[in-house]
Amino acid sequence: MADLGIKIHQLSLKNPVMLASGTCGFAEEINDFYDVSQLGGIVLKGTTPHNRDGNLYPRMAETPSGMLNAVGLQNKGIDYFIENIYPRIRDYDTPLIVNVNGSTVEEYIEVTEKVNELEKIPAIELNISCPNVKEGGMAFGITCPGAIAVTREVRRVYNKTLIVKLSPNVTDISEIAKAVEGEGADSVSLVNTFLGMAIDAESRKPLLSTVTGGLSGPAIKPIALRMVWQVSRAVKIPVIGMGGIMNTADAIEFLLAGASAVQVGTALFKDPFIPLQIISGIEEYLERHKLGSVGDLIGGLQM
Amino acid sequence: MGKKSVSTFVVAENIPLNPTNYLIRLKSPHPLPVIKPGQFVNVDINNTSEIFLRRPFSVFEVDYAQNVLSIIVKILGRGSKKLTEAKSGDPISLIYPLGKHFTYPEKGEKILAVGGGSGLAPMLFLARESGLPARNVDIVIGARSAADHVDTTAYTVFGNIHLTTEDGSLGTKGFVTDHPLLRANLENYNRIYACGPDGMMRAVAGKAKAAGVFCEVSLENLMACGFGVCLCCIEPTVKGNLCVCTEGPVFNINDLKWQI
Repeated sequence: MADLGIKIHQLSLKNPVMLASGTCGFAEEINDFYDVSQLGGIVLKGTTPHNRDGNLYPRMAETPSGMLNAVGLQNKGIDYFIENIYPRIRDYDTPLIVNVNGSTVEEYIEVTEKVNELEKIPAIELNISCPNVKEGGMAFGITCPGAIAVTREVRRVYNKTLIVKLSPNVTDISEIAKAVEGEGADSVSLVNTFLGMAIDAESRKPLLSTVTGGLSGPAIKPIALRMVWQVSRAVKIPVIGMGGIMNTADAIEFLLAGASAVQVGTALFKDPFIPLQIISGIEEYLERHKLGSVGDLIGGLQM
Repeated sequence: MGKKSVSTFVVAENIPLNPTNYLIRLKSPHPLPVIKPGQFVNVDINNTSEIFLRRPFSVFEVDYAQNVLSIIVKILGRGSKKLTEAKSGDPISLIYPLGKHFTYPEKGEKILAVGGGSGLAPMLFLARESGLPARNVDIVIGARSAADHVDTTAYTVFGNIHLTTEDGSLGTKGFVTDHPLLRANLENYNRIYACGPDGMMRAVAGKAKAAGVFCEVSLENLMACGFGVCLCCIEPTVKGNLCVCTEGPVFNINDLKWQI
């Protein structure tokens, strides 16, 4: 049987299929459908120092082969997570990764220091790419100095696996990836959503309360795949690829483009079982292509 | 684990009720779990590029003996339109059972259920499941005109059915709130329930609040997932922004921040 295991720095994944932040709640919601310990890892809902109500309704618009969202990091804050959610989910037998957010560098550090104390959280995903908040978020991720500043300070206080989640809303994503690698990031995950917009032609009004929002789903897959390919050639640290993955073939494409693991996001809204189908699909693919391990696929694009 | 399912049903029947409403009966390959009035299913219409997300529908009837679950589909947009074109034998994937149900009345209570548009589905389901004698159940159903009403005569065994139309072509002329039952003494009811267009539910809620009667409404905010992970269908409440899909769709009006 093929070896599906993969390592992202110190983080051991039993398979390369993770759930993307903001699409799987705090894992319990998916565990209502099946045992989440079958997954490679789970990136929990974006968490900030304090409670955030998020943006006003409407926050969602369906678009061709995808959707726009403008949730705006609604969450109850890191202390609520530690006291109320973490005790319920800590024993899931899969790596749980906290997606760390803030409006300032200090806020990123505050969340990181608290997560650092949690025994069963082996990694954080530093979100410098949320397009739906007024302060922080993507503002850090769209310039090299911004990405450097937050990654450097968070690295100082965090010794476990540090993944930095990159924004695609930039001129050259490889430059940002190299910048955070230079500051000690252990991995980069990409891409977050693309800034987009939808209008109701009849009412002449925007469909989102915030006018613009983040585009996800199969509509973005070719662009995300290109970015993963570019970044994986630019950095030495492992790349986690995501963006519109709906099935096994999509996931394999990201691995071939250079991703060491993938995250499934918007597809969960269609069917929360898709990640399990992809795991068995990758296993079947490896056997069919007579490959011993998933590592043999990574960056295996043949030119 | 295993509290919710993704399951492929088969269309058993698709019956046009009137030009815009269809009764779709879906047969499950497995025994159905207990499903209560107000709960919903999230339906994968078709994997076309224009209809990417599932569409939520309130459950109308459950036939546990036949493993058949029914929904009423009102054509509102491209998703519901496509679903009404389903043919017997077509496979359809559902995520279910989702959401919280209406609070059941106590024995001997008197209830008023108000439905507008396809909102009649959970109201009739509730009347059927209420456990109350028909004389204790008043149901008011509103529509634009006679052609928009569906035949509810089979439900007279579960309650007294009253119809309204905006153009006066059937039943009382006006909105549901113009019906004599809603203009009279609402204090005679122990519970009032409403499901339908936003304006209708707010109007009913306002009257229930003024009368000090327990009132629950079922919201239909736009949702992507239906099981509490996308945080798109939020409703501002006294407990903060809550997901309509998991904390609702049924809410007590006292928990909502409606100006009523």
